[in-house]
Amino acid sequence: MKNKQLKITQNQAFWPVIIFLTIILFNTVMTRGEFLSISIVDGHFYGRIIDIFRNGGKLMILAAGMTMVLATGGTDISVGSVMAISGAIACSIIRGNLLPGLGGSVTAAILFAVCAGIICGLWNGFLVAQIKIQPIVATMILLVAGRGIAQLITSGKIITINSDAYYFINGGYILGLPFPLYIVLFLVGILLLFVHRTSFGLFLESIGCNSLASKFAGIKVNRYLLAIYTISGAFASVAGLIESAGIKGADCNNAGLNIELDAILAVAIGGTNLMGGRFSIFASVIGALIVQSITTTVLALGVPAAYIRVLKALLIIVICLSQSGKFKVLFGRKLESKKKEAVAL
Amino acid sequence: MKKRLVSSILCAAMLTASIVGCGSAAPEKTAQAPAQTVEEAETPKADAPAATDEGSDKLVVGFAQIGQESGWRDAETMSIQTYAAEHSDTVELKFADAQQKQENQIKAIKSFIEQDVDVIGLAPVVETGWDQVFAEAQDAGIPIILLDRTADVDESLYATFIGSDFIEEGKEAAKQMAELIGGKGKIVELEGTVGASAATDRKTGFDEEIAANYPDIEIVASQTGDFTRAQGKEVMESFLKSNPDIVGVYAHNDDMALGAIEAIKEAGLKPGEDIVTVSVDGVKGIFEAMVAGEANCTVECNPLLGPLFFETAAKLKNGESVEKWVKSVDGVFTSDIAADVIDSRAY
Repeated sequence: MKNKQLKITQNQAFWPVIIFLTIILFNTVMTRGEFLSISIVDGHFYGRIIDIFRNGGKLMILAAGMTMVLATGGTDISVGSVMAISGAIACSIIRGNLLPGLGGSVTAAILFAVCAGIICGLWNGFLVAQIKIQPIVATMILLVAGRGIAQLITSGKIITINSDAYYFINGGYILGLPFPLYIVLFLVGILLLFVHRTSFGLFLESIGCNSLASKFAGIKVNRYLLAIYTISGAFASVAGLIESAGIKGADCNNAGLNIELDAILAVAIGGTNLMGGRFSIFASVIGALIVQSITTTVLALGVPAAYIRVLKALLIIVICLSQSGKFKVLFGRKLESKKKEAVAL
Repeated sequence: MKKRLVSSILCAAMLTASIVGCGSAAPEKTAQAPAQTVEEAETPKADAPAATDEGSDKLVVGFAQIGQESGWRDAETMSIQTYAAEHSDTVELKFADAQQKQENQIKAIKSFIEQDVDVIGLAPVVETGWDQVFAEAQDAGIPIILLDRTADVDESLYATFIGSDFIEEGKEAAKQMAELIGGKGKIVELEGTVGASAATDRKTGFDEEIAANYPDIEIVASQTGDFTRAQGKEVMESFLKSNPDIVGVYAHNDDMALGAIEAIKEAGLKPGEDIVTVSVDGVKGIFEAMVAGEANCTVECNPLLGPLFFETAAKLKNGESVEKWVKSVDGVFTSDIAADVIDSRAY
C-alpha cells in the first residue's frame, strides 16, 4: 500500500496536477463557485473551465512538442513565428490572396499551413543537427525571420476571413466540448504512444543526457534531432491554425508573440529538466494548463491592467519554488529547527 | 547511407520550399513596393533645386514618412500623395520612405534642409533623439510639422503637431455608447496596451465623460486586451462570465472589438443587439462587422491628414500663426451608415 502511494507522488505529473487543482480551487473560492459553474449554451458547454481547455489548447500542443526538444538539451524559440506563418498562409489561401487556384479551400489551406510548419521544423533541425549551430541561436533565426515572412505573405495587414469551416478549428464543438481539446487529445495521444511504445523516448533521453555517448552507442543522433524539430514545427503550425481560427483572421504582428516563453515555462512547471534528460509530455501538458489558468485567474479576479504582469510573475515564482526539491528541503529544515526551538523554550 | 537519407530529406524540403516560394510570388511583389517608392522619392530629389528656383510661389514640402507599418499608415501616405498629385500646380511634395528607421528619417530631413524646402513634415518613428536635426532645420528657417505622432523635444523646436485628440475620441465614444444603450446599464471596457498614450487617453476621455454626464451607466470591469484581437476575445470571455448582465462593450481599438464580438457569440448572445459595441479607429474589418449587424459604432481616428497637412504648411509658409496642436477632424460611423461608406474606406 505504502509502495503504491510512493509511486503516485513520485510521478513527474503528480505535483503539476496538484498545482493545477489548487489554482482551480483557489479560483472557485475567490469567485464563490462561479468559476466552476458550467452551463449549456446553444448546445455546448460554457464556463471558465471550458475556456481554460479551449484557450490553452494551442499552448498544450506547443508544450508537447517543446518537451521533446528540451529533452534533447535543445530549445525551439521559433514556435511563435511559425504560428504566425501558418496562420498567414491559411488565411491568405482562404481569402484567395494566395494560390487563388485553390478556390479558398479550407482543407488545402490547413494542409499548406502544416506543410509550412514542417518545412520550418526541418530548417531548424537541419541547422541544429547538420550545421551544429547551438539550438537557441539556430531557432532564433526563424524567430526573427519567421514573423517577417508572415508579414510578407499578408503584406503587413491583418487578413480577416469569414469561413465558418475554418472557425470550427477553434470555436467548434463536438459532443459539447470545444474542438481544440480533441486536437490536443489526438496529437498528444499519438505522441505518447509513439514515445512510450517505441524506443524513441528512451533514445531522446539518452541524447539529452549525453549526445556523444549516445552516438557511440549507435543512436543516429542527427536523425532524431531532425525528427523532433520537425515535429515541433508541425505542432506549432497546428497551434497557429487554432489561434488564427479563433480571431477569424491572421494577425502577423501579434499571433504567437512571446508564446515560446510560455511553452518553455509550461515544460519547466511540468518538471522536465531544461538541460535535457528525463521528460514527461503529460506533465508538460498539465504545465500548459497551469500557465493558461494563471491568465484566466488574473482575468477572473479582475486585477487592474497595470498589475497583471506582477501578479503573474508572483504566481510563477511560487509555482517554481514549490517544484524545487532543494527549496523544499531548505524550507523543511527551517520549519523543523523552529519546532525544535519551540520545544527547547 | 545516413548521409543519403539526410540529403534526400533536404532535397525534398528544398523542393517543397521552392513550390511554396512560387506560391507566394504575389505577396513578394507587394513587398517590393516600398523599395520602389524610395526610388521614386529619390529621383525628384536630384532635380529638385531647379524646380525650387523657377517656381518660388509653389509650396515645396518635404515629408519623411515612417514606412509601411499598417493599413492605417498606408492610408495616411496615400492621402498625402494624392493631395500633392491633385494640386501639382500649387504644391510640390518630396516624399521619403524611412522604412521604420530613425536614421533614414534624419537623413531625409537633412536632405530637405539642403534643398531648402518651405516646410518639413515628419511622422517620427520614435519619440526621442530629434533635438539636433530639428535645431538644424530651425537654423535654416524651415518650420517642422509633426504628423500623427509627437516627438519628445522642446516645443520651440517644431511649428505644430497635427493629429487626433485621443481624449476627445474617448469622450465621443462615451456619448455614442450612452445613446446606444439609452443612458443606463452596465458596460465593460477593453483597454489598449498598458502605457500607450492612445490607451491612457482613450480611457481617460471615456471614463470622465461617463462619470460626468451619465450617472446611470456603470463601467463594471476594465481590463487590457493589448490592442489585439486574440486578447480582446479572451478578456471579453472572462467579462461575460463575471458580469452576465452587461449591455455594452467599449474597446480602445477596432481589433479588440472584433475579438469581443466572437466571444459574445460564443456566449450565445447577439453582438450588436444584446451587447452593443463602440470602438475607435475605423478599420475596414469593423465596417464589415457593422454591415453584418454585429458591431454598432466606431469613432474614426482619421488617417486622411493630407489636406489638413498641406493647409497648415501653406499657412506656415505665408507666415501666419498656427496652433501648436492642430486637431484632425475625426468622424463617427454607426451601423446605419456603414453599408453606404464601406466601399470608400481606404484602410
